[in-house]
Amino acid sequence: MKIRYVMVLVLLIFSLFSYSFAFAETTASNQDAVPWWIWPLILFIATFILGILAVLGGVGGGVLFVPIIGGFFPFNMDFVRGAGLFVALAGALAAGPGLLKRGFADLRLAMPLALIASASAIIGAMIGLALPSNVVNTALGLTILMIVAIMLLAKKSEYPEVKKADALSQALRINGIYHEISTDKEIEWKIHRTPQALFLFIAIGIMAGMFGLGAGWANVPVLNLLMGAPLKVSVATSKFLLSITDTSAAWIYLNNGAVLPMIVVPSIIGIMLGLVVGVRILAKTKPKVVRYIVIAMLLFAGLRALLKGLGIWK
Amino acid sequence: MTADKNVKEEQIAYAKLLDWGMKIGLIFLILTFIVYLTGILSPQIPISELPKYWKMKAHDYLVSAGIHPGWAWLNLITKGDFLNFVPVAFLGALTVLCYIRILPIFLKKRDFAYFIFALIECLILILAASGLLKAGGH
Repeated sequence: MKIRYVMVLVLLIFSLFSYSFAFAETTASNQDAVPWWIWPLILFIATFILGILAVLGGVGGGVLFVPIIGGFFPFNMDFVRGAGLFVALAGALAAGPGLLKRGFADLRLAMPLALIASASAIIGAMIGLALPSNVVNTALGLTILMIVAIMLLAKKSEYPEVKKADALSQALRINGIYHEISTDKEIEWKIHRTPQALFLFIAIGIMAGMFGLGAGWANVPVLNLLMGAPLKVSVATSKFLLSITDTSAAWIYLNNGAVLPMIVVPSIIGIMLGLVVGVRILAKTKPKVVRYIVIAMLLFAGLRALLKGLGIWK
Repeated sequence: MTADKNVKEEQIAYAKLLDWGMKIGLIFLILTFIVYLTGILSPQIPISELPKYWKMKAHDYLVSAGIHPGWAWLNLITKGDFLNFVPVAFLGALTVLCYIRILPIFLKKRDFAYFIFALIECLILILAASGLLKAGGH
């Protein structure tokens, strides 16, 4: 894909957001000024484009969804986070079967981590729903800025060296073999530092539940850099993990009224279609510039959430 | 898609059920949304009034719209909007179903640690889904 197409895509999404932002201002002063259907329609188009950019930028849809939709649409953050969780959940559920069958995602690796993360996500969701919107926005803004820093600074390791598996992972027999198509080799892997990772997944779960974000941005560095799982296993297991972590938080949002079908369904369908188109584009080319555009969008959305929370940019 | 030869039995069983469940859930999500949009079943909350509610915090929306939290939506599934909760809840329940599917496999393999992990995970997810945990109120 040529750069100009990417730029058109980005221009389109920024136009949509400035358009929706202007509409949001209008509706604040005059409820009848904008027909109700405009919002779900813009939401559908925006999430479709976000889905494409998520694949090309190598990030999860949920992490883009919450700050961007929360920042530029008139929906309360409760509904945005509820929808964000279902968006991340649907993406993870859809990707799960393929990743598990190919052996990229590993059930034995995911299950102990998921146990900790899903329990923590319940606590995070309950905290998130109890907090006032300005506090949520401020904390979300800071978290997004931290994610931007992680995306820019964190290194990745294709095949990290694990000299000796730790006692816990040995006892639980967390190891595996997968077939690497690009080299046509069987890759054996094992992990270390499992207790430390379990501890970190408490924080990851709480943040996932509190902000309705997918947690791939945190899962992958922990699995890859801390535990020493190969990058492909880390990315795939992280995606699969989201289907469990986000399920527990999603139920809390659903049971507490933070799910509106008119927001959730267009978002899920839009982002899923975007992911499908994104994967097709990715099969042909992967312009590196997209990742930086996605990071810039996250930076902007993070600053918007922070300033909104602090009452500087309402 | 054929599974890799190195993939364990429970992982394949989980993947197969997840695959079917996800497809069924997505199809029903689209169908129920069409029912909602076309007005085949009248919604509990008139669509034109949604902009009033989606600005509120979830708790205020429930109070204002007179909707009870938890599973009370089951009483409203004949309404176009709440019908959409059926596939949404199904997607939410899918992980529990997959875990229940692999429980006997762990037991058969005498893999008690993972049997307990799976059992506790089921309990955690069922607790989250139960509606017993209330949040919000600001």
